[in-house]
Amino acid sequence: MTDTPASKPGQTEVWITGIGLATSLGEGLDANWAALQEKRINVDEKGFAPYIVHPLMPVAFDSQIPKKGDQRQMEAWQRIGTYAAGLALDSAGIKGNKDILSKIDMVVAAGGGERDLNVDSGVLTAEAKGANAPGFLNERLMSDLRPTLFLAQLSNLLAGNIAIVHGLGGTSRTFMGEEVAGADAARIALARIASGESDIALVGGSHNGERKDLLVLYEFGDFNLKDKFAPVWARKDHAGFALGSAGAFLVLESKAHAEARGAKPFAKLSSVVADLAKRKRPGDMAATLEKLWAKLPKREGKGAIITGATGAEPATSEERGFLKSHADFPVRSTGTVFGHAMETQFPLGIALAALSISRGALFPPNDSTGTEIEMQGAPTQIVVVGAGHWRGEGMALVEAV
Amino acid sequence: MTAARDKFGRPVVVVTGMGILTSLGAGKTDNWAKLVAGESGIRTITRFPIDGLKTTMAGTVDFVSVDPFSSTALSERMAEIATQEALEQAGIGAKADFPGPLFLAVAPVEVEWPQRRELGRAVGQLDINYDDLLRISGGGKYSAYHHRFMFGSVAASLAETFGTKGSPISLSTACASGATSIQLGVEAIRRGETDAALCVATDGTVNPEALVRFSLLSALSTQNDPPQAASRPFSKNRDGFVMAEGAGALVLESYEAATARGAKILGVIAGCGELTDSFHRTRSSPDGKPIIGCMNKTLADAGMTPDQIDHINAHGTSTPENDKMEFNTTSAVFGDLAQKIPVTSNKSMVGHTISAAGGVEAIFSLLTLEHQRIPPTINYDNPDPAILFNVVGNKARDARVTAVMSNSFGFGGQNASLILTREPA
Repeated sequence: MTDTPASKPGQTEVWITGIGLATSLGEGLDANWAALQEKRINVDEKGFAPYIVHPLMPVAFDSQIPKKGDQRQMEAWQRIGTYAAGLALDSAGIKGNKDILSKIDMVVAAGGGERDLNVDSGVLTAEAKGANAPGFLNERLMSDLRPTLFLAQLSNLLAGNIAIVHGLGGTSRTFMGEEVAGADAARIALARIASGESDIALVGGSHNGERKDLLVLYEFGDFNLKDKFAPVWARKDHAGFALGSAGAFLVLESKAHAEARGAKPFAKLSSVVADLAKRKRPGDMAATLEKLWAKLPKREGKGAIITGATGAEPATSEERGFLKSHADFPVRSTGTVFGHAMETQFPLGIALAALSISRGALFPPNDSTGTEIEMQGAPTQIVVVGAGHWRGEGMALVEAV
Repeated sequence: MTAARDKFGRPVVVVTGMGILTSLGAGKTDNWAKLVAGESGIRTITRFPIDGLKTTMAGTVDFVSVDPFSSTALSERMAEIATQEALEQAGIGAKADFPGPLFLAVAPVEVEWPQRRELGRAVGQLDINYDDLLRISGGGKYSAYHHRFMFGSVAASLAETFGTKGSPISLSTACASGATSIQLGVEAIRRGETDAALCVATDGTVNPEALVRFSLLSALSTQNDPPQAASRPFSKNRDGFVMAEGAGALVLESYEAATARGAKILGVIAGCGELTDSFHRTRSSPDGKPIIGCMNKTLADAGMTPDQIDHINAHGTSTPENDKMEFNTTSAVFGDLAQKIPVTSNKSMVGHTISAAGGVEAIFSLLTLEHQRIPPTINYDNPDPAILFNVVGNKARDARVTAVMSNSFGFGGQNASLILTREPA
């Protein structure tokens, strides 16, 4: 009912013609690809100890966000996303192309921006020391909050900043809801292009994992990886995710639109499906993943799976069970390498699937448990899996054109 | 049957159920009676201390209680109540088995001050920083707060309660969110993915920090006394919007599916349009082109011309900039008709329900079509001479209304419009 197979008769093929990546491994496709080949992982075990995060590899924001004033109006998650979106537009060859940018449809998966930790700590400290006047909080917030911080926190202002900085004048929708928001963003953008409602779309998200306020939120549920890094598949007795900083954007385009402007595809996005398992009993989530798997178009080519498995339990064990029943598909975990970038993980998975197909090889395994195995030859079909740490399941099929 | 498809060959999308909750009360009957009577739901805030605030009134929904209180919990509860009303009217599906997806317009979710203060107290020392908070956050004591403050939590809960199908979408397009949720539902039905969709918009975020944030951007009215007179769209002395809470829920169906099951059709979503403005984070492009484009796209989507619109349910926030911009852009699209078509702003009475506004006002537009009566824009005693709208000032007006345009414009360059009609064209 909420599936988006582009393979219905009369529906147009949808190509991935642009990819923008800014991650803990670096910026751009070559840097990320090279790091994957070298099995490099960038974790910070000290800065947020005992919590582990994958910090953003520093980038020159000026190159995509030339106005310092624009940069100042954003918090890190928006800068990362606006930067990665610019890379995607460059990659698709449409940066500055007013005709196309004036009609491009944007679907962004977003969380929210960081808090001003000093303001929060100041209020709590003053209250601990006895400040208890009825209007104390109001007065402190009125005097201490930066007026523009609100705009740097608002979910839809990632899309807003992308529009302002890169001159996008089409449409703009922001989906929230952690991991599956990334799948739903791709699902809706694909459905709109496949049905002819849209010709071209910018889809993706960004996440700043280097935030103590986010660590608090996930610590409520004991979801943070602590003390020692391990690949996602080796965390069973030491469960959790290491937040990652990443921006991942894709340009999706109808085949006809791409061909008319001579754009070359990395791959095609054939289908995106998503669901909400109840996750009340063991096996609920795995059953939903099987259901989604069955909904994807037939896989006859040389297949692989790229998953955003988080390392959180019980979701990751359920997913491991699902993967075992498809053991003929080599698996790669983006969580191990990039950390967990929440809303951004699914677009990141699609990006890496398209990149692997276009470069004629799946990147090598990075795992000590044997869950990830070597793959010989070029993949022609890659299934992207994204099961949320708490709720929401998504899946996509990326295929060679 | 010709009515099952629109002139572009797409399935006609109709409304078969509506539920609403605002500061005026719960339910369509109560809201409509108060709306046409010109009653205001704006009052002095009692939920939290107002000392030190520049704006001390809002359209709070105080008759719905949630425990423990959070804006997110209130948003969820209001959405449930509105959805329940919409489903009862539609009579669709079975209990906890709605035959289609959920599109939810909801305010961005975050940990709130009551919870943050609880953590602070639990730290138990005089100097508190985030490392201290982190140290005491784990271990399961606060696991309910993880669930509560996930962005997807409200949608996940509604999806489970009402048994919607597939992955529910939580969305934010700022003050246009409600309209976007309807647009997503319309598109899903037009694409043939589903026969029905549940489109819900909710916002319960009148809390100290949210109020301060808008206040620091000088967006809110400070005419606190009397609070009922603060929201004065199109008036010369308007000085900002009034924050408010509420929820609206619509059951959308294809005309074909609705008639096949004998459902009563309450109205038609004839057209939707959106266009982003890349001029500024909070201000509209001075030439108004994105808003003009948004209205034109919506007319084109409905296959209609300006002379077929006989009422405009304005965004009408009561901010100095919005109302003037809305008149100028409407004039660019409608020409002289912009001064003839009756225009009203529900926000004069219920305030600005932010993420919920597009849904709430779509429902008021549909009730306007049903009752052939346009609710007033109250506090319209001192018309802005630069805004030459035919404002339905202070008193409700009977009128022949066949097609309403409802506008929503938001921070981040979000513009969305809907056209609602009584019958399929």
